[in-house]
Amino acid sequence: MSANYEDRQRGGGYDGDDDQDRRPMGGRGGGRRIHRRRVCRFCIDKVDLIDFKDVRLLQNYLPERGKILPRRISGNCATHQRMLAEAIKRARNIALLPYTTD
Amino acid sequence: MDTKRQYEVVFIVDPTADDEVSRLTESFTQIVTDQGGVVTKAETMGKRPLAYEILHHKDGTFVLLEIEGSGREIAELERRMRVNDRVLRYITVRVDEDRRRADKLKERRARKAAKRPERSGHQRRGPAMDFAEANSE
Repeated sequence: MSANYEDRQRGGGYDGDDDQDRRPMGGRGGGRRIHRRRVCRFCIDKVDLIDFKDVRLLQNYLPERGKILPRRISGNCATHQRMLAEAIKRARNIALLPYTTD
Repeated sequence: MDTKRQYEVVFIVDPTADDEVSRLTESFTQIVTDQGGVVTKAETMGKRPLAYEILHHKDGTFVLLEIEGSGREIAELERRMRVNDRVLRYITVRVDEDRRRADKLKERRARKAAKRPERSGHQRRGPAMDFAEANSE
């Protein structure tokens, strides 16, 4: 039954190795800004609600350490980043997602 | 203020008491109904690992309830869950406001799309159709 919730991959999300949307900063700046992307995935997919039970989706925005991925890296718009953060915090509360990992 | 509020309640049941899950769900449903609420959906999400230990438990059985009501039944439900040792954790989220907002956005988008149909592929279709017509003649 739990597979239901895991399989519901809604509207992609931040996946670390998606080369297409990376913007190499033409030599200057070292490799530091390679992760930057400009577009909000949620806006493209026209997402109006982010479900806190959708672990698969939320996990994309939770790097190894378990911190919420800042929007300067994910490229999310303010509205969707807010919804995402809220959903992640709810998921943490009921142990669907970790507060920290080490 | 007689519009019904909608809630999503998720609670985690002690996995060692797996046979009690349906019984618990039933009794909670009963509590909600007694208080004048309606359970619109009751779904067991199954046993899954917890992201962190709760009372030395590493796994838990997750149950989702969708409830419609005034809010009184939520108070009673939460009180019961707090007291119950089998319930490791619960969370209640009010969803009607967010859902209404989402519906509004969706509707607005639909209206916008209807207003400007030329943006959605219609233009590209034009010449192709001309070509098809020319061919048939």
